[in-house]
Amino acid sequence: MQRRAVLAGMGAVAASAPVAHAAQKPGWMSPLLPEGTRDAATLVRLPGKQPLIELTNRPPNYETPIDAYANAVTPNDRFFIRYHLAEIPDMDALKNWSLTIGGDAAERPLKLTMADLKKDFPQAEITAVCQCSGAQRGLFEPHVAGVEWGYGAMGNAVWRGVRLKDVLAKAGVKAGALEVWMGGADGPVMPATPPFRKSLPVALAQRDDVLLAFSMNGQPLPHLNGFPLRVIVPGWTGTYWIKHLTTLEISTKPLPNFWIQKAYRVPAGMFPVDLPFTSQNDNATWPITEMVVNSVVATPLDGAKVTRAGFTVRGVAWDRGHGIKSVEVSFDGGTSWKPAVLDKDLGKYAFRGFSIASGALPPGPCKVMARAVSNAGETQATTLLRNPAGYHRNLPQTLTVTVA
Amino acid sequence: MSYRIIALAGLLLATPALADDVPLKPGPGVETVEANCAACHTTNYIRMNAPFLSPDTWKAEVTKMRVAFGLPIDDDVAKEIVAYLVAQYGAK
Repeated sequence: MQRRAVLAGMGAVAASAPVAHAAQKPGWMSPLLPEGTRDAATLVRLPGKQPLIELTNRPPNYETPIDAYANAVTPNDRFFIRYHLAEIPDMDALKNWSLTIGGDAAERPLKLTMADLKKDFPQAEITAVCQCSGAQRGLFEPHVAGVEWGYGAMGNAVWRGVRLKDVLAKAGVKAGALEVWMGGADGPVMPATPPFRKSLPVALAQRDDVLLAFSMNGQPLPHLNGFPLRVIVPGWTGTYWIKHLTTLEISTKPLPNFWIQKAYRVPAGMFPVDLPFTSQNDNATWPITEMVVNSVVATPLDGAKVTRAGFTVRGVAWDRGHGIKSVEVSFDGGTSWKPAVLDKDLGKYAFRGFSIASGALPPGPCKVMARAVSNAGETQATTLLRNPAGYHRNLPQTLTVTVA
Repeated sequence: MSYRIIALAGLLLATPALADDVPLKPGPGVETVEANCAACHTTNYIRMNAPFLSPDTWKAEVTKMRVAFGLPIDDDVAKEIVAYLVAQYGAK
């Protein structure tokens, strides 16, 4: 394999690069994570990023430290990074980027540059949560195999770009179109490994708020968040938000690919969906699609020491696009619950910030919990909804602080 | 492929930790694991998924690498890899 020679050749480069300092540990990681994960994780600053929690560096998988969720919009330099495959074109290679639209249900195959995209289509903007399907997998009990994410495999940003439906219309969608197949510029190390490709039902691809975004929080997409263009699928998990998007195929057939037909599956009917992905469903399993209602407390941190004057709980809640109706917080381990104050509504697909003050507290341990309810009346799970790949964990977060 | 090699160099420079991945635990088969697994991904995937996977699950992971991801190894090498993972990083 060529890679051997590549790695050997890199020896000199690596040796002349700045010497890495002793690995820095994250300030906080959930005690529910596997022992090996807590041992292996380090705090690393990538170019253009604040320190993130490195779970793996090849392919790069980095999570956002939990304190970032004290704000409802996640800054680009704290936004998590998730890849399956390690061959990622650098920024120089991506300068020659273009987007090809074709497929057996396209009337007029075409190729677009970034200048074409910005010139030929109206622009649109949406604030939406991008959450990895496997977010919180590492908190499953018992543990399941995979990237052992804690709470930080998600972020909320203001995405700006063009509507996917407008780009598809330019190519012409034939009657009989079933799915839109999507591919990006990143790929596998070995040719035998399936490239990371996904598809969308054509009805979803033509929804007004599904975008091809070139901007994130007012800036170009960071390299490892999908520069120069990524798919934004509000309400659906991050696996559909293809990074470095290079190909769209309007197809009359279901995409035959490992990453949708074998991976990213949930037991049929276990989780609520408004728009079923019927062309990829089978009797036993469905593709994971819409997120579940959930909330995360950013502050205080589990294990913190606080004064008897009390403290303020801050965090975010989100769901699959109905919006958040309420968030309740308990200061006594779930015996009684108080309504939190919701921050400004940034949209039904966005994080909804919340906060509540504890008031004065007696000394000793204080067990804090949070739970959200969506406008669809959906609530967080009370017992773990186990599924083989460890998706959709949404148990109320529980943390213990010490009042002294 | 050439741009990907350049990309890889960029990634190496971007992530100094890559040059000094924590070595796997010593044990029979460790060289086989490093030679076959580290071509596509850091061996931190192994450290991260420990110590909770059963022998059957470690075997299924190696099978997935062969069948789904095209890892070109024969049954004997696969057995050696599984034995190492179970012994060094399996459920306690």
